[in-house]
Amino acid sequence: MSLLEVDDDVVVRFGGVTAVDHASFTAGTGLVTGLIGPNGAGKTTCFNVISGLLRPAKGTVRFHGRDVTSTPVHRRAKRGMGRTFQRLEAFGSLSVRDNVRAAVDINRGLGGLLTPGHRSQAARVDALLDRVGLTHYAAERADAIPTGTARLLELARCLAADPALLLLDEPSSGLNESETEAFGVLLRELAADGRGVLMVEHDMDLVMSVCDTIHALDFGRVIASGAPAEIRGDAAVQRAYLGKADVGQVA
Amino acid sequence: MDSVVSFTILGLFTGAAYAIAASGLVLTYTTTRVFNIAHGALGMVMAFIFWDFSQRQGLPTWLALVLVLGVVAPATGWAIQRFVTRGLGEGPVSVTLVVTVGLLVGCIGLATQVWPPESRTPLPLFNGSGVELSNTYVTAHQLITVLLAGMVALLLYLLLTRTRIGTAMRASVDNPELLKLFGGKPDRVAGLAWAIGTSLAALGGILLTPVVGLSYYDLTLLVINAYAAAMLGRLRSLPLTLVGAMGLGILQSYAVAYLPSDGLLSGIRSAMPALFLFAVIVLMPQAQLRVGQVKGIVSAPLPSRTRQLGADVALVALVALLTAWLPGSSLLLVGMAATYAMVMLSLVLLTGYGGHVSLAQFTFAGIGALVYAKLGEPTLSGLLLSALVAAAVGAVVAIPVLRLTGLYLALSTLAFGLLMDKMIFQAEFAFGTNNSLDAERLTILGTSFSSLGGYVLVMTFFLVLMAFAVLALRRGALGRLLIAMRDSPAACGTLGLDTRWFRVGLFALSAGMAGIAGGLFAGLRGTIGASDFQVLASLPLLLLAVVFGVTSVTGAVLGGTGLMLLPVLQSTNPSLAGLIFGLVGFGAVALGRDPNCLANRLFTLGRALRAQVRTPVRRPSESYQDRPEVTEEVPAHVAS
Ligand SMILES: Nc1ncnc2c1ncn2[C@@H]1O[C@H](COP(=O)(O)OP(=O)(O)OP(=O)(O)O)[C@@H](O)[C@H]1O
Ligand SMILES: [Mg+2]
Repeated sequence: MSLLEVDDDVVVRFGGVTAVDHASFTAGTGLVTGLIGPNGAGKTTCFNVISGLLRPAKGTVRFHGRDVTSTPVHRRAKRGMGRTFQRLEAFGSLSVRDNVRAAVDINRGLGGLLTPGHRSQAARVDALLDRVGLTHYAAERADAIPTGTARLLELARCLAADPALLLLDEPSSGLNESETEAFGVLLRELAADGRGVLMVEHDMDLVMSVCDTIHALDFGRVIASGAPAEIRGDAAVQRAYLGKADVGQVA
Repeated sequence: MDSVVSFTILGLFTGAAYAIAASGLVLTYTTTRVFNIAHGALGMVMAFIFWDFSQRQGLPTWLALVLVLGVVAPATGWAIQRFVTRGLGEGPVSVTLVVTVGLLVGCIGLATQVWPPESRTPLPLFNGSGVELSNTYVTAHQLITVLLAGMVALLLYLLLTRTRIGTAMRASVDNPELLKLFGGKPDRVAGLAWAIGTSLAALGGILLTPVVGLSYYDLTLLVINAYAAAMLGRLRSLPLTLVGAMGLGILQSYAVAYLPSDGLLSGIRSAMPALFLFAVIVLMPQAQLRVGQVKGIVSAPLPSRTRQLGADVALVALVALLTAWLPGSSLLLVGMAATYAMVMLSLVLLTGYGGHVSLAQFTFAGIGALVYAKLGEPTLSGLLLSALVAAAVGAVVAIPVLRLTGLYLALSTLAFGLLMDKMIFQAEFAFGTNNSLDAERLTILGTSFSSLGGYVLVMTFFLVLMAFAVLALRRGALGRLLIAMRDSPAACGTLGLDTRWFRVGLFALSAGMAGIAGGLFAGLRGTIGASDFQVLASLPLLLLAVVFGVTSVTGAVLGGTGLMLLPVLQSTNPSLAGLIFGLVGFGAVALGRDPNCLANRLFTLGRALRAQVRTPVRRPSESYQDRPEVTEEVPAHVAS
């Protein structure tokens, strides 16, 4: 049993478009799993199904071995799922620190909300900001920071709940080379803490260097699964990427 | 048996007129994602124009019909899309609602200005002719209505399935992105949809006037009927909308036929759309959280605590001075302003911080007033109980909409307000029809505040307390979560917050605040009635709240004063009454995109003045929250 199992051929349709087409894959504890594929392959849609923002037409999502396909979003989060968004969902009119504080507050539940925050709470917020390297940005408004930084903020925010599974949608886009490198190290640490990380990523260098396993999607179907080296040499994957590269669509 | 048949036929006729109006609403909503609350109001204005052309100016009926449906209505619809609602679809729902409510109020103001109240008898089409259908006399007008509904359905079907632009319209229902691939003319598609939609509103209105009369309000509220019908198809499916409209028409007709004409049940006919709506909403499937950060909301900066305290003291001192100087009638106005300001504070919480809209905030105030008066216990605990009942009712309104998005909540409040207007408030056990329920003024800790001056001061004190509470909440963890929910419900959900119940709680709290205002208002006036809390009065309230600044306490206080002055201004210029009302509406249309309009301007001005006075020593410790939050007035994507 893996931490996360997308099973029984998940299908999602939007009108005439089949965004996820009979896909099944897994992500395990302590591992960084990559989910790759050209634009429009259905990666974000998969994330929406896993985190509960979308209900699939068919298929099952299992988390910790339990079927969560029809569990509401917030309950999946409480069971240990955290996610970031490709199109930013930072709380734009709050400061970076308040973004993380909001996440910590949500985690304390209603009882915690009505009691004033303790010192340890402030320390926790600072620790989270420090972990992703955002201490300097703490006082900035979240909609005024660069995209890459906002992605790190989203990561810090979901770490507040100490989730068992992290779903990261293109976390490194917007980061420069050295930041990406540091981010790779952070990813390994997060997995070493005993978390599962499932990451959608277009930066192939990052994917190949940090992932333990990779699933490749194209037109909503899983076309290959395996270790980085296998995926790199896989003919179907190369075709999927090259086909799109010709039209100039690789991000 | 015969009577069932004839009432069904009558119902089908009204249903057909609803169907025409409702399909226009669906068309504009699906193509542009802007729910046009002014749909009925536009139909009303068009019906007046039709009356003007055909009966006042004496044009032939057919010519008037062609002119209104073929020229005036489409041109108006196109212009509204082009200059008013363009780009609103991607912005926050609260802005869309405020702008179209502004349009609604503006239309009513315009109509009352151009066609002042007098008795008008709109004639049915082909007046006097008709046929006998299974023992029921059916007029030609009724037959034509049903025929026209069929024709509209057919033409819409052909447009949407057989033409290129229709295909583009359908595409935009599912995916606005797809629309851009269709030759990239989304504006043309949207303009056409609004032109047709407004024409259909006009046709629906014109067909209904011989039944409901040329009334400013009844036709405006037609939007609720259309909305109720369209909800059956989730505001998307035209065939289901048609079914919903017919069903609603028949139900209404049966209500007239079989329910007693007095007592509680007599209100059901006019409340039927609202009841129908709630029934449909309860049966609707769960909606998904909206992904995609809501942009374009501008919040006012939080005041520093010292400045807040200073402003509060100044306000109480000002009112204390006023109570010493002003005559009783003006003092009453100050009390009214305080009431309105309190109700607006409840909107600051709900709309300004939370991003949700209530279109019936006065109804909640009315519930508070009703309970306070009925309890006959003019003490703090009596007032508190009134607030609690109002809050509980607020929760009851929000719960059925739990699984749906914010738009549906706002529209449900309008239906709820209507329901209270027509069924509860006027009932014998409530305010009664003769508009006089007595209420005593508050006694606090053994001190009775029975003099007007003292009571107004107490009200001001409550206002200040409420402002304190709202700002304290905003500074704390709950306030942070409110803003977070407004900015990104999807992120809140994936962080583990049950956004649905949070919204119910917020809604209840805001209704409770309005309830306190209502209870205090009851004491102020001494006698109150259903007419003090009409649902339509909530609309100017919302508009003024937004125009003066719905994200700040200052805005609420200014807005309350403005709302109090509105009828004063109207009664001193009776010939311009409609125009003044209309200006509020169109003003909100112009300013509604910035929810903290005037207050923010004021803050900017204040900062500039302080900067002038103070030498340029910048306080390095100036907190983040004290800094101006806005650099541009309107975010670019909303403006474009
Ligand atoms: N809400 C929606 N409505 C309609 N179609 C959608 C919706 N969301 C996604 N799609 C379509 O589903 C397909 C998969 O989209 P998805 O966003 O999952 O791709 P992706 O792999 O994340 O792409 P990218 O690398 O560009 O992020 C695309 O064709 C997209 O147009
Ligand atoms: Mg994606």
